[in-house]
Amino acid sequence: MAAIELRQLTKVYPGGVKALDSLDLVVPDGEFFALLGPSGCGKTTLLRTIAGLETATGGAVVIGERDVTGVQPGGRDIAMVFQDYALFPHMDVTDNIAYPLRIKKVAKGARHEKAREVGARLGLEQLMDRRPGQLSGGQQQRVALARVMATQAQAFLFDEPLSNLDARLRLEARTFLKKLQRELGVTTVFVTHDQAEALAMADRMAVMESGHIRQIGTPAEVFQRPANTFVAGFIGSTPMNLLDATVRGDTLEVAGCKVPVPSSAAGLLRDGESVVYGVRPEYNTYSDRPADGALGGKVVIVENLGASHLVTLEVAGVSVQAVVPEGNEPAVGDDGYASPRRDRALVYRDGELVSA
Amino acid sequence: MAQATSPPEVLAEKDTQAGRYSSDAAGLGRLRAGAFVAPALALIAAFLVFPALWVLYLGLTNYRLTGIAAAEPQVVGLDNFVKAVSDPAFWNSTWLTVQFVLGSAVIGQVVLGFTIAWLMRDRTGPLKRIVEGLVILAWILPSAVVSFLWVALLDRDGGTLQALLHIPGFAPLLDHPMLSIVIFNTWRGAAFSMMLYGAALGNVPPSHLESARLAGASGWQQLRDVVFPHIRGHILTNLLLISLWTFNDFTPFLLTAGGPDGQTEVLAVHVYKVALLGQELGYGAALSTIILLINLVVAVFYLRLLRSKK
Repeated sequence: MAAIELRQLTKVYPGGVKALDSLDLVVPDGEFFALLGPSGCGKTTLLRTIAGLETATGGAVVIGERDVTGVQPGGRDIAMVFQDYALFPHMDVTDNIAYPLRIKKVAKGARHEKAREVGARLGLEQLMDRRPGQLSGGQQQRVALARVMATQAQAFLFDEPLSNLDARLRLEARTFLKKLQRELGVTTVFVTHDQAEALAMADRMAVMESGHIRQIGTPAEVFQRPANTFVAGFIGSTPMNLLDATVRGDTLEVAGCKVPVPSSAAGLLRDGESVVYGVRPEYNTYSDRPADGALGGKVVIVENLGASHLVTLEVAGVSVQAVVPEGNEPAVGDDGYASPRRDRALVYRDGELVSA
Repeated sequence: MAQATSPPEVLAEKDTQAGRYSSDAAGLGRLRAGAFVAPALALIAAFLVFPALWVLYLGLTNYRLTGIAAAEPQVVGLDNFVKAVSDPAFWNSTWLTVQFVLGSAVIGQVVLGFTIAWLMRDRTGPLKRIVEGLVILAWILPSAVVSFLWVALLDRDGGTLQALLHIPGFAPLLDHPMLSIVIFNTWRGAAFSMMLYGAALGNVPPSHLESARLAGASGWQQLRDVVFPHIRGHILTNLLLISLWTFNDFTPFLLTAGGPDGQTEVLAVHVYKVALLGQELGYGAALSTIILLINLVVAVFYLRLLRSKK
């Protein structure tokens, strides 16, 4: 078990693409840490640089207080689950799980014993003699996990561990993985492009954009108080409403309507300044009657989310979304009013969160 | 709610259509379809089937290049085959051929070709292009040209090697003729193996190699546990092809003419000497038949290996 520390880590690919730009990050011992970001943001490069599969151009990787920047992957005492699981097709499940132990010259009896023990823990007892080609996607993933567990490495790295599973299995695997990590208590870094996955599983997470970390925090912090408009737009299953606003005393003028200054930004704004007003559709209360501090407009789209509806209002040429519980959803063409929750709305100045 | 399934009539109609197409997809009929393949079949018959059968027949006669037996060949049954298996020169040639195939193809070309492909797998840029270009050049140049170049390199008196080294009496083609043609053929044919393994290595999933590296596997362990199991089929196909090509290769003759003293008289050269220089066409045809059978055995052996343990 060990903490992972990155100091000013930089990776420049031949050709001048800067995949990682002087990153600092500490993942404490035993933490389940998510790297989240859109395609090409450098999250996979970061994971591979921690693993040693990519060589850092600058900076240091420290695992368990040992500087491993120049150490080969095999010498870093870490284990990784690949997106495609990377199980060897010519070996049965037992040999696959025991492979890292075989490389470490553990005797055959001992390593097979260990493989059986770990396999049993992951419910693979009946499958130990099969080849990977005879297993389902979910089973293959558990074999890959078992192989990682059998190594007893100091830290685990998962590269999009759930993306090859179908939607239902992914939810099961998510719960399973979180429980397993908690039981093992091994420092784990995982990469995902799915914000719901990161929010659900991680103890803490980093949101990345083009080689930079834009925010590090717990899922609750990242969801409720995105540090900048990039994170605000990326996190959440329905994107946050980000509306141009002008400060008018202790109200904000948004799309021709007046809304109160959110509590988080109270006293921090100058009169007349241009800012961005952010509120999640979930934190908008919808009503068909005008109200103080509400954004009023016409309903243009109603999307069914199952237990609720996502209603899009057009307010003076700007789209504003609100989540409406089932039962009182409006019809397209109705007049509607969305009242943002003052304690959940946010203000961004030059793309950064305004807060004390 | 009504179930939206297709009415059975439609399904039945589809079935009959599928049935009709499966027996005659183009709808040409037997005669016209036959007419389309006839030219190809005629060419194959004239240039492959007939000569092969003709060799089988000649092998059973005492046919000669000149003389009475040339005008009126007699069928002598299996005499030629009996003569072959009781002739030490035949067995010597067979043994030399085995050395030549094992040395230059199975070991030389495979190892050299794989090594180059492995070393160049992650490279791009001029070094890779130059190395591959040179290796492929050795492969595509005409035999007569490269043979002349190698004689010019290895010759005892005026050879390039001799001019560089100045060792009196150093004559590779005379002192180590088999080694000379093995090295020559390794150099000559490595390109095919290199290209085949280059393509095969591209199919090895990078994550499998990385997984092995993370476990701490050395270069050799990565080859053994990841690369070789993945390209097993490619290796066997490669071995099959180059074994057969090398077995029937006549190019050594251009370098050493089978000499000195028959030390490089591989089967292809032996047949040439017997049939054309010795004028015994019937006996030469019998030897060719034996070579054909050996080739068949080798091919069946490799194909069995390929099929076993998928």
